Amino acid sequence: MAVAVKTQTLSPIKKIRSVPTEEYYVPGHRTCAGCGPALQYKLVAKAAGPNTIFIGPTGCMYVANSSYLCTPYAVPWIHAQITNGGAVASGIEAAYQVLIRKGKWEGELPNVIVMAGDGGSVDIGLQAMSAMMYRGHDALFICYDNEAYANTGIQTSPTTPYGGNTTFTPPGPAIPEGKRLFPKDPPQLVIGGHPAVKYVATASVAYPVDLINKVRKALNVPGPTFLHIHAPCPKGWKFDESKTVEVAKLAIQTGMWVLYEWENGEFKYQHKPKEYKPVREYLKVQNRFAHLTEAHIAKMQAFVDAKLKAPGIPVEIPVPPPRATA
Amino acid sequence: MFDIPKEREVPFAGVTPAPVGEQPMMITGNWRTYRPVIDHEKCNLCMNCVIFCPDACWQLNEAEEEVVWNSKYCKGCLICVNECTTAALTKTYELDFEDGVVRLEKLF
Repeated sequence: MAVAVKTQTLSPIKKIRSVPTEEYYVPGHRTCAGCGPALQYKLVAKAAGPNTIFIGPTGCMYVANSSYLCTPYAVPWIHAQITNGGAVASGIEAAYQVLIRKGKWEGELPNVIVMAGDGGSVDIGLQAMSAMMYRGHDALFICYDNEAYANTGIQTSPTTPYGGNTTFTPPGPAIPEGKRLFPKDPPQLVIGGHPAVKYVATASVAYPVDLINKVRKALNVPGPTFLHIHAPCPKGWKFDESKTVEVAKLAIQTGMWVLYEWENGEFKYQHKPKEYKPVREYLKVQNRFAHLTEAHIAKMQAFVDAKLKAPGIPVEIPVPPPRATA
Repeated sequence: MFDIPKEREVPFAGVTPAPVGEQPMMITGNWRTYRPVIDHEKCNLCMNCVIFCPDACWQLNEAEEEVVWNSKYCKGCLICVNECTTAALTKTYELDFEDGVVRLEKLF
């Protein structure tokens, strides 16, 4: 018989001035200048507060932050292998549940947050993430999506968009578009296959208040939750480092990234533009798409249009609840 | 086995002390080539620079009612200049300043 576990309630914020000033991801880390993932890490750490444990599977936010034994995390942080971020989070959460049940831990259950990259969540780390959600551990799994394996030198990952120029998908005479495959959709993957998950959301560094509120909501919801955060990578996407937030904003305005939250079967949209800009505007600011021809851009536009319209993939109408009587 | 000085000894399993406020073992201020310069007259405290800095190098000084720049860790990415709503921030060459970063004092 499980004892009711005392959990925290983090209140939502309304405006940019009420963002907490305390830093739990402090200055002094060796991420690139203008790093999108570092920006989202700072915001997530601010949102979660001091009673937090971060699990860092291998990725930029582990390699660039914690090498040579100096880490910028002011809260407990543990490294996990790239394959097992979800498994380590499960163990930590289960241990705290047992300690609380036996009366050996007086405080509240800490916020257990896995900060995994796109490789650590939907490529190499997929099984551990899926297992954590299947078992229903009270942890938040964040996939910060910089759309490549950036710390090893920009190799392609399953979330790299079509046409992306990476070191594994260089454009050439045989394959002029670079990457031929279309990317995975991590939030839909989680929503579709994990009945224990009650809250899934996508966020972007361009809308920090929205991001902080989604992190807090995900931490308040009992059980496993998933956040997919868009974090532009100036080095990997080959754009000027001062344009990180601008590119993140363009992704939302062109429909390359959709901000929504899914709660108990219902979709809610945030910061949806009245009219989507053509995808070309998003592609032309990044040099990783510089080689694309008109035909490729048309293919990309068709993909985005289908994604925005298709039923099932972010639908406008709420999914009907199951029938009460059989 | 190894001749390691006492202060450089590494604890078991790589446990490191948590930094408080900043991580002085990794000073990144010498990375930048441009420096954001603020004009406090134009600043309306929209807080965009504070919220969008990946290195938390802009902080609000509540008492003085102004934002303060941290020269020790600013990498010079200039997101703040790009996101400034009132054009209070401008970029200037680092070497135009007396205290501009020229080189590393010692290798790290």
